[in-house]
Amino acid sequence: MKPAKFKYLYPSTIEETLECAFDHGDDVRFLAGGQSLVPMMNFRVATPEVLVDLNGIRELQKLLIDDTGNIHIGAMTRTRTLETDNSIGTANPLLAEATKHIAHVQIRNRGTVGGSLAHADPAAELPGIILACDAEIYLQSPTGSRSVAAKDFFQGVFVTDIAEKELLIKVVIPAWPAERFWAFLEVARREGDFALVGVASWFDVDKNGLISDARVVAIGVSDRPVRLKGAEAQLSDQLPNSETVERASKAANSGITPTHDIHASAEYRREVSEVLVRRTLNEAGKRG
Amino acid sequence: MMETVHKIKLTVNDTPREFSAEARMTLADCLREKLDLTGTHIGCEHGVCGACTVIVDGKSIRSCLMFAVQANGSTITTVEGLAENGILSPLQEAFRDNYALQCGFCTPCMLTTAEALLKENSSPRRSEVESAISGNICRCTGYISIVDAILDAATRLAEKGDK
Repeated sequence: MKPAKFKYLYPSTIEETLECAFDHGDDVRFLAGGQSLVPMMNFRVATPEVLVDLNGIRELQKLLIDDTGNIHIGAMTRTRTLETDNSIGTANPLLAEATKHIAHVQIRNRGTVGGSLAHADPAAELPGIILACDAEIYLQSPTGSRSVAAKDFFQGVFVTDIAEKELLIKVVIPAWPAERFWAFLEVARREGDFALVGVASWFDVDKNGLISDARVVAIGVSDRPVRLKGAEAQLSDQLPNSETVERASKAANSGITPTHDIHASAEYRREVSEVLVRRTLNEAGKRG
Repeated sequence: MMETVHKIKLTVNDTPREFSAEARMTLADCLREKLDLTGTHIGCEHGVCGACTVIVDGKSIRSCLMFAVQANGSTITTVEGLAENGILSPLQEAFRDNYALQCGFCTPCMLTTAEALLKENSSPRRSEVESAISGNICRCTGYISIVDAILDAATRLAEKGDK
């Protein structure tokens, strides 16, 4: 199908964008990479009266790693940039690895980090990685700026903490220790499909050889990306060995209720979550 | 409902083009209807089949998910831009010699996707080729001959470069 009629605006600064949003009533949508919004418009699931294209805003395209190793990713950074920029591969290998699983190259060439986060598909990779990395999301509105932790940002299927007239500016991922153990794996029917289940795991080991900190995050199993806290608890202060991994994977499903839909049953998702927790932790162990 | 109409200037297959289009017109529809470049095919119109793949500023993209107005100022290559003076490009030759098409509906998008791939990576591994065309659906060939053709094209281009 074809999209409904709309008024198209192409601002070049954040301030101008917020003014556009403020001046044009209720039915305004921001257009980032368009890889989710434009299909919705083509289907007329989304029929905004005003479309504010963010592609001309230089400020939103900044990607930098600061002196402390924090990665600042402007909302309009293309997914493909994260995949191909070598500095990202070094600064946060988990992020670079997960990016390869996002859809297909043509989608990654247009799709943006801010767009994926704002869209908040529960099976999307970037929201899961942002959660696993304790990232902070920066928002700006005509009345001020604020930041939200990833754990509070995702609130349901396609629902985030972004308020009306607020624009996602950037996400900041805290510095990643070079010696961190990590892995990302997902199960999808075909390459590029949304994950039925995906798991990102990482852990740090202290000088006594015990796990000092860990994250196990799953996508595709709930209405938002979730930390598998049962599995994380089994890792805490343990030796990173196969017994620990086994206990953590068995605890993968405690406290979560995977969803059932046409793509997979809840039971299947539980099974795969457990398997992926085991595999990511085993793979992480080889990657210190 | 208010709608905006935009003047759009772009370069398609080395030719400057200028036209106006409603904001809601996708790049795919513009190429086909305004510029008469019907080699770019439209399948699903929601970014799944890959049939509408064209190269915008060196990157392969879905032209059904980009509004024409967003391409203002861009340089675009469509399948019509691959052959020079009626002579097939090495990539197109490789598709013909490897029987890499049957009905032909997906061929333009396979060619544009492969063109962009080979520009970025002149000697891809088989798995990289498979991954590169994973977003392009072909319902006839089973993909094997397409992958063969792209690998063959990489070899031909390397030989051509050596000469």
